[in-house]
Amino acid sequence: MSSRRTERLLNLVICLAATRRWLTKEQIRAAVPQYADGDTAEAFDRMFERDKEDLRDLGIPVVTGTDERWFDDEPGYRIDRDDYALPPIELDAQELAVVGLASRVWQQAGLAGPAARALTKLTALGVDTDDAGAGLEPRIRTPEPAFGPLYAATRDRQAVSFSYRKPNGDLAVREVEPWAVASRNGRWYLIGNDRGRGAARVFRLSRIESDVKRRGRTGAYGVPESLDAQSMIGKHVPPVDDRVATVLLRTGRGAGLRRQVVASVPSAQRPGWDELQIRIGDAGMLAQSLAGLGPDAIALEPADLRGEVVRRLKGALATQAELAAPEQLITPEETIDVVSQP
Amino acid sequence: MSAVAATARLSRLLTMVPWLLNRPGIELGEAARNFKITEQQLVKDLELLFVCGTPGHMPDDLIAAEWDSGRIYLANADAIARPLRLDQDEAIALIAGLRTLSDLQEPGERRAVDSALVKLSAAAQDAVPAAGRLDIDLTPGQSGVEQALGTAREALRRHRRLRLQYLVPARDEITERDVDPMQVTSIDGRWYLEAWCHRAEGVRLFRFDRVAGLRLLDVDGTPPGDAVSRAVDEQLFTPSPDDLMVTLEVEPRGRWVAEYYPVEDTQELPGGRMRVVMRVASPDWIPRLVLRLGGAGRVVEPTALARQVVDTATEALAAYGTAMSPAHHEPSH
Repeated sequence: MSSRRTERLLNLVICLAATRRWLTKEQIRAAVPQYADGDTAEAFDRMFERDKEDLRDLGIPVVTGTDERWFDDEPGYRIDRDDYALPPIELDAQELAVVGLASRVWQQAGLAGPAARALTKLTALGVDTDDAGAGLEPRIRTPEPAFGPLYAATRDRQAVSFSYRKPNGDLAVREVEPWAVASRNGRWYLIGNDRGRGAARVFRLSRIESDVKRRGRTGAYGVPESLDAQSMIGKHVPPVDDRVATVLLRTGRGAGLRRQVVASVPSAQRPGWDELQIRIGDAGMLAQSLAGLGPDAIALEPADLRGEVVRRLKGALATQAELAAPEQLITPEETIDVVSQP
Repeated sequence: MSAVAATARLSRLLTMVPWLLNRPGIELGEAARNFKITEQQLVKDLELLFVCGTPGHMPDDLIAAEWDSGRIYLANADAIARPLRLDQDEAIALIAGLRTLSDLQEPGERRAVDSALVKLSAAAQDAVPAAGRLDIDLTPGQSGVEQALGTAREALRRHRRLRLQYLVPARDEITERDVDPMQVTSIDGRWYLEAWCHRAEGVRLFRFDRVAGLRLLDVDGTPPGDAVSRAVDEQLFTPSPDDLMVTLEVEPRGRWVAEYYPVEDTQELPGGRMRVVMRVASPDWIPRLVLRLGGAGRVVEPTALARQVVDTATEALAAYGTAMSPAHHEPSH
């Protein structure tokens, strides 16, 4: 019967948790009726060993020991009930509600199962949650296959190796001691000691192209106390450019850009256009936005911004026009051949 | 039943026993909902509990379970009357989740998060260092977005309607509409407002980074009864048969496109270049993307879109040739 194994495990838990004495294997065999299924001592041994492992995998502390008074050679087993049970965490309804919210952060991500089980265990203590959070539902996702293994390796402090697609497109094998797995702006990063380069590095999980292999033992290295994963990810944020740019926008166009505007007046020279003062902030991003608006925007000042917009427009035109000539087309078949050559 | 299924069920039973002991007389339906199982499965679980117990297995040794009345009563389960402690992954998930929330809460709401965090960390001390190595930042990072988030959350708390100025980039326009907020949610690092839109007379999803203005109205903002919330990723990523497939080729410095936008397919090309296939509802923004890329990418298909890039760039550069710029006298290209 399909429930028989669960029944056996549950009886084993109850018998090991109910006892104050150490129970020998023979006593356990007699106490759990489903062990009668194994007719030989070997069959029972195999079942019992596997069951013990299953219980330990669930976090159930099956401990061994002997009652010293009897100087008995044969070890006994029991479950340490203090270690077994969830300590009485006294959460009020509001606290339990935010724990529920914290659990739902994972609803569509790698730790969805553990997060849901943890919440149920806490509600098993007796308190019910009033659904608070005022309609706030933060969610993350972990679409990268590398998340699971890297999370586990980071938890266990175990080195890993993987092949990594560098920003320039090259593939390289990296061996890393993971310090942290972090998410920002919806992207996952691994922060760790790159053994090949002997220095701290940040890796994007979406650029890991192989399976993640574990290397060496767990707990093999320490993680710097002062590690601030988020600031390591944020290191490459460009400095804020406080200058104000002058830009012409066709009236009614560039709605997005107009949100950053400091001042806007109808252009005196060009009817149907507005002259805008815009705080630059990130000069590269502003040049991109202006180039993207094409003939609906003209950057006037400063000169470096204007130059960058023109450079982008010329670049886009050159790259696109090159392809417009039909003989330049690369067919997918040719491409595959080139890629597969060693 | 596989070994995994057996241990998963055992794990559920070990949580179910204390949950039921703490709620004597709870209805079958409510208990089943809590454990996300059917009532039939719940009854099977109760039947299994009923035949388990302390050694001896005489009737008095077994767990007492009664549910004939539709209400569940459990007794004689002292050995497993308390829930199993949190394992490492369970504790890490909650602690990392709470820390994420702690960054998001407005000061008045922080008490519950902080005190829950203290209590959980004390109960699962072993997991605290590892939880610190999982670091999720969901803060929007743009002050405009943060402000709008605050306004929307206040509207949700007070059940107020919102007047929304919203940028529609595909049409390059800002629209104004009144909306009744349903939830504020984030997915992949972006924040969204799900609301009943009175202009569209339907549930709509709005990106906070496209909100140009948001004002709380002194009007009741309870959404109509037929406004049903949908999973956000479902709304975002449901393909439509009207979608257009666009193929781009990008240089190494344009590879971010495949990471930034949802793509159907990518293919490596020599020299670190990449071919990217995207499914788009409206192709209008693709020429704009290529102009932004400034030479780091181009449209391969459809060819009409490729021609549009050439035409738009040519026209834009012509404007620079004639633009009045008193401060600079650059030669036109």
